[in-house]
Amino acid sequence: MLLAIGLAPLLGGCSLAHAPVLDPHGTVALIERNLLFLCAGLMLIVVVPVWMLTFWFTWHFRESNPRARYAPEWSYSAGLDAVVWLVPALIVTCIGFLVWTYTHRLDPYKPIAAAMAPLDVDVVAEDWKWLFIYPEQNIATVNELVFPSDRPLSLKLTSDTVMNSFYVAGLGGQIFAMAGMLTRLNLKAEGPAQFIGRNTQYSGAGFAGFPEQNFSVRATTPSQFDAWVSAAKRSPDALDAAALAAIENPSGRVPIHYYSTVESDLFARIIAKYAGSPMPRARASAAPVPSASGGQ
Amino acid sequence: MFGRLTIDALPFYSPIALGGALITVFGVLFVVGLITWLGQWRYLWAEWLTSLDHKKVGIMYTTLALVMLIRGFIDAIMMRTQQAIALNSQGYLPPNHFDQIFTSHATIMIFFVAMPFLVGLFNVVVPQQIGARDVAFPFMNSVSLWLTASGAALVMVSLPIGKFSTAGWTAYPPYAEAQYSPGVGVDYWIWAILVSGIGSTLTGINFLVTIAKRRAPGMRLMMMPLFTWTALCTSILIVFAFPALTVASALLGLDRYLGMHFFTNGDGGNMMNYINLFWIWGHPEVYILILPAFGVYSEVVATFSGKPLFGYHSMVYATAAITLLSFSVWLHHFFTMGASPAVNAFFGITTMIIAVPTGVKIFDWLFTMYRGRVRLSVPMLFTLGFIVTFVIGGITGVLLAVAPVDYLMHNTTFLVAHFHNMLIPGALFGYFAGYQYWFPKAFGFRLEEKWGRRAFWAWIIGFYLAFMPLYLLGFMGMPRRLERYYEAAWQPYLLVAELGAISILCGIAFLAIQLAVSIRNRSVLAVSTGDPWNGRTLEWATASPPAPYNFAVVPQVHGIDAWWVMKRDGSAGQMPAHFHDIIMPDDSGAGVLLGAMSFVFAFAMVWEIWWLAVLGGLGMWAAVLSQTFHDHAEHRISAREVEAIEGFRGLVPPGTSGAVS
Repeated sequence: MLLAIGLAPLLGGCSLAHAPVLDPHGTVALIERNLLFLCAGLMLIVVVPVWMLTFWFTWHFRESNPRARYAPEWSYSAGLDAVVWLVPALIVTCIGFLVWTYTHRLDPYKPIAAAMAPLDVDVVAEDWKWLFIYPEQNIATVNELVFPSDRPLSLKLTSDTVMNSFYVAGLGGQIFAMAGMLTRLNLKAEGPAQFIGRNTQYSGAGFAGFPEQNFSVRATTPSQFDAWVSAAKRSPDALDAAALAAIENPSGRVPIHYYSTVESDLFARIIAKYAGSPMPRARASAAPVPSASGGQ
Repeated sequence: MFGRLTIDALPFYSPIALGGALITVFGVLFVVGLITWLGQWRYLWAEWLTSLDHKKVGIMYTTLALVMLIRGFIDAIMMRTQQAIALNSQGYLPPNHFDQIFTSHATIMIFFVAMPFLVGLFNVVVPQQIGARDVAFPFMNSVSLWLTASGAALVMVSLPIGKFSTAGWTAYPPYAEAQYSPGVGVDYWIWAILVSGIGSTLTGINFLVTIAKRRAPGMRLMMMPLFTWTALCTSILIVFAFPALTVASALLGLDRYLGMHFFTNGDGGNMMNYINLFWIWGHPEVYILILPAFGVYSEVVATFSGKPLFGYHSMVYATAAITLLSFSVWLHHFFTMGASPAVNAFFGITTMIIAVPTGVKIFDWLFTMYRGRVRLSVPMLFTLGFIVTFVIGGITGVLLAVAPVDYLMHNTTFLVAHFHNMLIPGALFGYFAGYQYWFPKAFGFRLEEKWGRRAFWAWIIGFYLAFMPLYLLGFMGMPRRLERYYEAAWQPYLLVAELGAISILCGIAFLAIQLAVSIRNRSVLAVSTGDPWNGRTLEWATASPPAPYNFAVVPQVHGIDAWWVMKRDGSAGQMPAHFHDIIMPDDSGAGVLLGAMSFVFAFAMVWEIWWLAVLGGLGMWAAVLSQTFHDHAEHRISAREVEAIEGFRGLVPPGTSGAVS
């Protein structure tokens, strides 16, 4: 890793400094990145000595070094044995504590505390594009997710096809979208910013490349968001069963598109279409979905 | 008549697929022609293919692994080349071909390189290390080999006939279901997994029983060499884990063939069940691959430091702890599936607990070198390369076990870099170290050092160049499995990764050159005793290459490092006072027949040629029955013959001090 980081500047590396994971613009992504740095740092407490000991022992105890002491029967030391068990155990205990705390704190299902109520968006993975339904605004878009940066974003996700994984590097989190099931993701941007959203789970011929299954993500100012909603409202198209059928038809390279109105309960019906299971389902589900909005 | 098989199955859709098919076909024809031209079919059949000798089975397993390594690597360098150039363009591969390649690359590397490589090492080494003359079930061993080979052949035959799966080596539904993946690709995958998976399960049973029941007198469990310990733990993992894979892929097959709904979208199917079942096998599988490598490192580091392993008991407990814990971590492969934070945190913590015994092992290897006399032979180089590089994979592994960090890095090239970091400098370097270390045991001459060193450097430099950029690309948000991309910032990193692949190509070439040079110079490299490295464990007590029965007289074990103890007290290398008749199993062609028939059956199932499937199935039963009704499948090597064979070893008369250097 050190070698690679050292190598990075040679590679035209300011791109790395702005790598979305390392230089995030989302509340969640920022905490996640800091956690990454902290855990990596803790582990270096063990790993750096390993590197040093490896090189030192290899060099000093090489066969051709007459000054090195040779103890051909020495094979145990209770003190060393204790150290090699306890030090890694201690570090893992620390990181384990962090895991427990932060996994709860950064649970993708957990609403983000903020002064303003979150903006709800229902997300549907399609072959090979993303459908975003704004229940409150009664609009929908294909391949564009826009939200005001001062409000948390509360996503409900499902898939109208194979399993997809929703990922906006730099904003935070990642969650699978699965047919007949509902997953959730709560995010918040740190000020206006632009991101690229992706499906990271291979899903067939249209998986690779922009703009095929990638989507534009923009965190805007409140006024820009309102203007964007009004613009979407002016779209001549409505998202009804016929329009949905057109979207479900597998296709790539779909440009951003707006729908000025959305047929009621469309999102719930997409889930119900697949949720024929007689068995009660666990948390990655809530099917058929209640039309209620807001956090659980 | 031919089910789904028509002329369209031939790969005329793309010159590159056609090229791959032709290389495969001509490669097979060349080997067949060469053997015919040399007139060696009878020798090959009688001495090798039908052999139940565990050393020969092991050599055949290793050969299969090395051949498939070349195929798997061709896949790898094709992917690296595609990603190096496919910025804003299609690259050189036709659409969807890349998807077949990433599926076949991983399927081959896991099931048909790593598995046969480690089973090959088990076969050559474990019976000798425990002072046994054979494995517990020699015929079943042959069956395992030929089922594995049959699975490998099935993947290979998908090159010229039909297409391979595009669903990735994990074959996640619903994408892998008939609705989204019609055609034969996923069926090829399923049958290759089913056939070879049964072979692997049988191997696990075989070595579990062998180690439990066939140890030399005096060898208590806590005296077993570390490699045998890891083989035991690996066998336990295989026995408990592989059935889950067999069930998962069989249920997927039922969905595809009979229209059932275990994992489908809708109709009550649930993909999450498959994903859980798959990783209930899949995570222990990681340790199935890595534990034998840990065993090799333990043997190598002790031998080449001229000291007993530091903290033997700690090492054993660490191995056992890893074995148990490996069944409690599978969910970390899908933290992003929406489980509750308590579940995710639980599996994250169990995962990083495994880092503790692993860390203990690393330090124990280091302290074995402390106050030793470290000889930097090729197996030791691979071991040192492993220690330095593996800890990087350890860091990134623990990072991925932190669920919120995994939300950032899942499915990116960071993950790809992480598991290659575990599998190349972790597992594969261990197999290479074992291959270099035990080669003189199996063949009676060493591998040449100079080319071995070159191979090591090419591999390790290639690894860093190929995978460090992928870690960084993960930070940049690059998903895995991208056939093409539109981010100019990624390309420099992918070009460096391509250089890494080229370096690894050199590494493979150097290994091949090393083998060729060593065979040519075998008289110079010949080892005069059975113990060329001044080893510590019992496999060095046999001749190199060993007699079919390994030990003329089963040794009495008096401690850890049994051979070292014998050398110290002077009992090593003595001609036994008395010889006895030795009973060994007869060779059998039934294993080969069973493997061949399982291939016919699976191929027919893939293409839905039902009459041929029936014939193949009957053929499999015929093979089993022929062996079952073959009474007296053993032969006796008389005491006189044993004495004659042992007479060539230059052993000293009994009672005098051993003269083994």
